[in-house]
Amino acid sequence: MRIVIDLNKCLGYAQCVPLAPEVLKLSGEEAVMYDPNPDDTQRLRVLRAVASCPVQAILLDYRDDPGKTTKP
Amino acid sequence: MITRSLDAFKANGQIVIVGASLAGLRGAEALRDEGFGGRLTIIGDEPHAPYDRPPLSKQVLEGWVKADRTKLPHRREIDADWRLGVAATGLDRTKKLVRLGDGTEVPFDRLLITTGVRARQWPNPAEAGLEGVFTVRTCDDAARLQAALAARPRRVLIIGAGYIGSEMASVCRKLGLDVTVAERAAAPLAGALGNVIGAIAAEMQRDAGVDLRTGVSVSALEGDSRGHVCRAHLSDGTRLDVDLVLASLGSIRNVEWLDGARLAAGYWGLGCDAGCRVFDVHGVVTDDIFVAGDVARSPHVLFGYQFLSMEHWDNAVLGAAVAAHNMVCEELDRRAHLLVPTNWSGQFGVNIKSVGVPSFGDEIAFTQGAVTERRFAAAYGRNGRIVGAVTFNQGKWLQHYEALIMRSSPFPPPPAGFDVPADARSVPADFPPRGVGAPDVILTGHDPNERQAELVQPPR
Repeated sequence: MRIVIDLNKCLGYAQCVPLAPEVLKLSGEEAVMYDPNPDDTQRLRVLRAVASCPVQAILLDYRDDPGKTTKP
Repeated sequence: MITRSLDAFKANGQIVIVGASLAGLRGAEALRDEGFGGRLTIIGDEPHAPYDRPPLSKQVLEGWVKADRTKLPHRREIDADWRLGVAATGLDRTKKLVRLGDGTEVPFDRLLITTGVRARQWPNPAEAGLEGVFTVRTCDDAARLQAALAARPRRVLIIGAGYIGSEMASVCRKLGLDVTVAERAAAPLAGALGNVIGAIAAEMQRDAGVDLRTGVSVSALEGDSRGHVCRAHLSDGTRLDVDLVLASLGSIRNVEWLDGARLAAGYWGLGCDAGCRVFDVHGVVTDDIFVAGDVARSPHVLFGYQFLSMEHWDNAVLGAAVAAHNMVCEELDRRAHLLVPTNWSGQFGVNIKSVGVPSFGDEIAFTQGAVTERRFAAAYGRNGRIVGAVTFNQGKWLQHYEALIMRSSPFPPPPAGFDVPADARSVPADFPPRGVGAPDVILTGHDPNERQAELVQPPR
């Protein structure tokens, strides 16, 4: 899978972190660090993390995104 | 391009994008979003599909994420002809084609330039060639450096304490490596955020165990009999035993391939209007050449209409979208790239974010939080208006300052009414002096109608 987090948009709510703890980590209080190309075994967790972001800062590759085909 | 042919161009035209990183990828996607159905070619000198660079100096060097596993997600199908691993070497504006390093030529109707920047190498080539001397810009750089860090060098020397140098110092400490940082200015991050904030960044580094040396430069690197770096000589006379050197000396814009194309391209970047349309050497706008990302340099309405290069992630994403739109629209539909730049950096457990152009300001005032807790916001002002802001672990407040900057609100801003700092007076932001790079240009021709500009290329 491929994800990228727009860390300008990210406000550090960190709701995503406990949903996919092997993919997303908090460095200090609000800096999110993540694995941009997580293993496919993480798929469900990553999808939950993407959906949980209050500011929708996590972009999923359209090929990985069950709900979208062409539009972000 | 004449207006009536726009539909034909969108259906059957040829667009070439030179530069296959973030701006190139997002530009290609935006062109398809905009309904461009013609032939799209994307040229990139690296053999890799577009990947994200910010993780390279953080999670990749830490050893958590592999250097070849930061591939960027695609937003949509692009249907492009990818020419990866071959550099563009020339632009022929008369024949409207791009020349490639493998001798082939790619014709275009319109061209999008997203060639970005590269890492400035250590200036002495013999010393730069020593084993154990690194720079980081590409994923291949990061892979080599990560392996070298994993081999546990006894002491790392980082030359230059900008964002990248500081992030890498943070990684070294996280890995438990001894690290010395040599910075010519009085403090880390001084160029981006000024010495007032720099002093706080310096404390963060020292508290984390970094051997930070400011106000010094590195005068020479020395190799051992195997050609591996073993010692550094500092300008204060110190000699330092080191076995890994990281030069983080900023970037050089990738414009050499445009030599002879008579565009406003030089070490200062590739000049363009606020709609991403490239200027020629005279400062006259071209019709069919566009630019986005780190290599672009455009006038910004909020900052005195000065030409700014914004080497930020959002500049690549949003600039590429504007460029793509303007490449396939009618004149009256053109959009401007009116970015309020934002930036982030994770280091020493602190999330540093900025908005606007702090270095455009000359004063700073702490507006929220507590410096002692490394949790605060500060605003930058110039001529009584706010032009930038920085937050340390207060990212949620950045949008508030962005709104103030967009409105050119008074500086210092009124107290936020929450978490007001003990001392909110404004003081000089104390940026190090900087030479504004002026292009070397001469004018020829006696009659004003014959006047021509010639770029004088610096020796390379």
